[in-house]
Amino acid sequence: MHDFLIMNTLGYPILSLLVFLPLAGVIPLLILKNDEAAKYWTLVITLVIAVVSLPLYFKFDRTTALYQFGEHHAWIPMWDINYTLGIDGISLLLILLTTLLMPLCVLCSWRYITTRVRPFLACLLIMETSMLGVFMSLDFVLFYILWEAMLIPMYLLIAIWGGPRKVYASIKFFLYTLAGSVLLLVAIIALYMKNGTFSIPMMMGQDYSSVFQIYVFLAFFLAFAIKVPMFPFHTWLPAAHVEAPTAGSVVLASVLLKMGTYGFLRFCLPITPEASITFMPFILWLSIAGIIYGGFTALAQQDMKKLIAYSSVGHMGFVTLGIFVFNAQGIEGAILQMINHGVTTGALFILVGMIYERTHSRELALAAGVGKFMPVYVIFLGFFSLSSLAFPGTNSFIGEFLVLAGAFTKTKIIAACAIPGAVLAAAYMLRMLQKVVWGGTDNPDQSYLSDLNIREIITLAPLLLFVLWIGLNPGPFMDVMHTSVNHLIQQVGIADADPQGMVEVANLVIPQ
Amino acid sequence: MKMALFFPELFLLLSCLVIFLLTLGRMSSSTVRNITAALSVIAFFICGGSLRLEGDLFFNAYRIDLFSQFFKLLITGGVAVLLLFSRELKGIEENVRTEYYLFLLLSALGLVMLVSSVELLSIFVALELSSYALYLLVPMRDDHGGLREQMEAGIKYILFGVVATGVMLFGMSYLFGLTGTTYLSELVPAMNQLIASPAAIVGIALVMGGFFFKLGLFPFHFWLPDVYQGASNETTAFIASVPKLGAVALLIRVATLAAPSAATLVNLLMILAVASMFYGNLIALVQKDIKRMLAFSGIAHAGYVILGIITLKDTGFATAMYYITGYMLMNLACFLVICNVSAKGENLAISDLTGLYKRAPLLAFTLAVGMFALAGIPPFVGFMGKFMLLAGALREGYLTLVILAAINTAISIYYYLSVVRISYCTDPEERPAVAVAPLTQIISIGLVLIIIIMGVMPAAVVDIATAAVRGIM
Repeated sequence: MHDFLIMNTLGYPILSLLVFLPLAGVIPLLILKNDEAAKYWTLVITLVIAVVSLPLYFKFDRTTALYQFGEHHAWIPMWDINYTLGIDGISLLLILLTTLLMPLCVLCSWRYITTRVRPFLACLLIMETSMLGVFMSLDFVLFYILWEAMLIPMYLLIAIWGGPRKVYASIKFFLYTLAGSVLLLVAIIALYMKNGTFSIPMMMGQDYSSVFQIYVFLAFFLAFAIKVPMFPFHTWLPAAHVEAPTAGSVVLASVLLKMGTYGFLRFCLPITPEASITFMPFILWLSIAGIIYGGFTALAQQDMKKLIAYSSVGHMGFVTLGIFVFNAQGIEGAILQMINHGVTTGALFILVGMIYERTHSRELALAAGVGKFMPVYVIFLGFFSLSSLAFPGTNSFIGEFLVLAGAFTKTKIIAACAIPGAVLAAAYMLRMLQKVVWGGTDNPDQSYLSDLNIREIITLAPLLLFVLWIGLNPGPFMDVMHTSVNHLIQQVGIADADPQGMVEVANLVIPQ
Repeated sequence: MKMALFFPELFLLLSCLVIFLLTLGRMSSSTVRNITAALSVIAFFICGGSLRLEGDLFFNAYRIDLFSQFFKLLITGGVAVLLLFSRELKGIEENVRTEYYLFLLLSALGLVMLVSSVELLSIFVALELSSYALYLLVPMRDDHGGLREQMEAGIKYILFGVVATGVMLFGMSYLFGLTGTTYLSELVPAMNQLIASPAAIVGIALVMGGFFFKLGLFPFHFWLPDVYQGASNETTAFIASVPKLGAVALLIRVATLAAPSAATLVNLLMILAVASMFYGNLIALVQKDIKRMLAFSGIAHAGYVILGIITLKDTGFATAMYYITGYMLMNLACFLVICNVSAKGENLAISDLTGLYKRAPLLAFTLAVGMFALAGIPPFVGFMGKFMLLAGALREGYLTLVILAAINTAISIYYYLSVVRISYCTDPEERPAVAVAPLTQIISIGLVLIIIIMGVMPAAVVDIATAAVRGIM
């Protein structure tokens, strides 16, 4: 009956377990009275979730593009809304990234969060539930509920534990993302009217009219582009990042932004392929604008967190570029780049948080020359900065290379325009690195700084491992996505072959 | 056994008599409150017990079916919750507190009778019974500000109310003139023949006007902000939640006259819904008094409910019932907080909620859930209701309307969010902690749970509502 879904055969509902474990982990937090105990408990439960998620990778069938580990239960029969979960090669790595990052988020908040610790941890766990659910759900209503519900804990993370301008930043974040997704809901219902189902896979590959596709695509695009965020919808991001606590920034950068690009891959391309092709040139140029704009603004920042936030705009520009070149290299590069950005930028935000805990400032000028007193810290910073600028041997190199390779096969002009972005990334990262490690002759007195302790090293070490692992041996990460990506390209390709005249329009805007 | 059908009403009537006798004595108001609360809880369970009864009474002017019993359960439930959390009537004058309970129960009795009435004149009588009791509740507030704003509110309420009733009666006269009957069961087939004629549409629209007034739909909304502000917090909590149930119930009954299709009427309702949503949400953005803000939000929500009515289908009506049920719960959650935070029964500005998370963590949480739910954020009941309303309206092809409603959701989030922001992101400064009684704590946890459960698992309520609606169509 569900030909898109391979039911779970593990003997236990692994996906549901992953979704509900964090939620169940909240209950002891309501009872525990001791903040330290609450931290240990949250660390344990997030670690357990990370371990539980491992079979997903090892038992994953790499030969099929169907959704695996499937679960299907009727939920609201009246509207044919079902609780359907399943993952494929596109969502697998994102889920693993999420489960990996959450224990690190708890660790990096160990000393950072001093007030209202238990509600903070509860918010983190609720975030984990909704983030994992978003990547797993194959029912549009389930997806939308989790997608929206996530705003509440994220809003609270910024608004309660944030910096001085937290009120402004949190409201901007909430309004921006919510305004983007209200029309998504209308599009979802419109798709339901066409298909009579909310099942996401069953909406794919249907023969929608061009006009319908364009409207649906635009509604999708607004929601996802704000989440990514694509230039020019990015203005909420620096504000939210700068004010959010470290763990909030990590979750925001590493997972939340990926939901936008995941949305493009999961919904825009397979459900509205023709419209995707129609709008492809515009999105490619917006990606280029994001890459260049993010690079230049990052170059001008004095606040380290802002610098990394703007660099995210640039990096996510590469991801959308890779997605919309519609070839295997581009899309695989984009998915890998999503993971890379999650690992690297997450680590960079943790690093900035560590400096902030010590100096209570994120000013680049005040952090100048800490290398002398925090050698271990700058080693980590060095690796992650190099990774961020896509240095060969690190993870981002592979991702960016694939994206650019994909772009070159598609159209040389676009690819050529993206190259300065890579140069800019080197410029702003090296500028920061130089300043932090060595500074100048007039460095502030840093002698009171203590180097990283064991907890902080443990927080960063797994991320560094993945930076080098993906950088030196990307094979294990790439081979899970091949089949799904090829399937996705076929889904788009059906429309590509369609002589609708849309492709010609696209070719006019981008000369071959 | 016919009396068994009428048992909930009889019980409420007897309760009113008991309280009337108490008003003659000198019993302390807290004892009266406990008695009233106990009576309302019993009434709630009686309604629960008679949920599946069916039958006709009083020459078929009064119908007991799942539809009416469902609403009776909600009405008595709402009153019971309200009485349980409004500990002592802080905003009501000392010497009329006993009478206050009397009129509150009388108004509930009127509503309970209203949802069972299937004949125009009994509808009218029941509606007036509930309305006149309410008109009296508003000016019973103590005059702490010296501005006598409760009198202004009372006068506004009764004047607008009487005009709306007049409009409704005028509409009823049309219906009677066209068909020669006042029984809804005979009106439905007769109106189906006549629905194309302008007189029939005018008649139905005017009758609906009376209930638009109760619901606070544009352009019958003028009383809402002033009455909300002028009435005591407990009275507002009642006006904001329970009578709206009755209004929706009767709107559905009247709308069945127009089903299955009435393009003119639908267009009219659509315009009112859109105007209501935009008017309510835009004006709520700048409110400083939280009750005024909730009044304008109520106007907007009235617009959303109409989305279910205009489908003129059983699923749409059922969704409207689900939505108004959720709306009552969300409103009760918000007013529970307002009533408890207000120390002497004074009105609260939104800024008075400053630092609420430290002064009363549970209340702050309840308020946050209520506000997010009103804003229509999942996983709360407000989202599921809005989702089904939009889906139902889109199924009938009202795309523009659905898009406008979706845009309104985005507008409204700002003012709901600013309440959450004030209560969570500010320090209490000098403001005192709020003591919350154990019973109130239980009720607020219960409300939060119901709001979440109804949002995540709507099927049970929707199924009952659908079955109820099918019974009357």
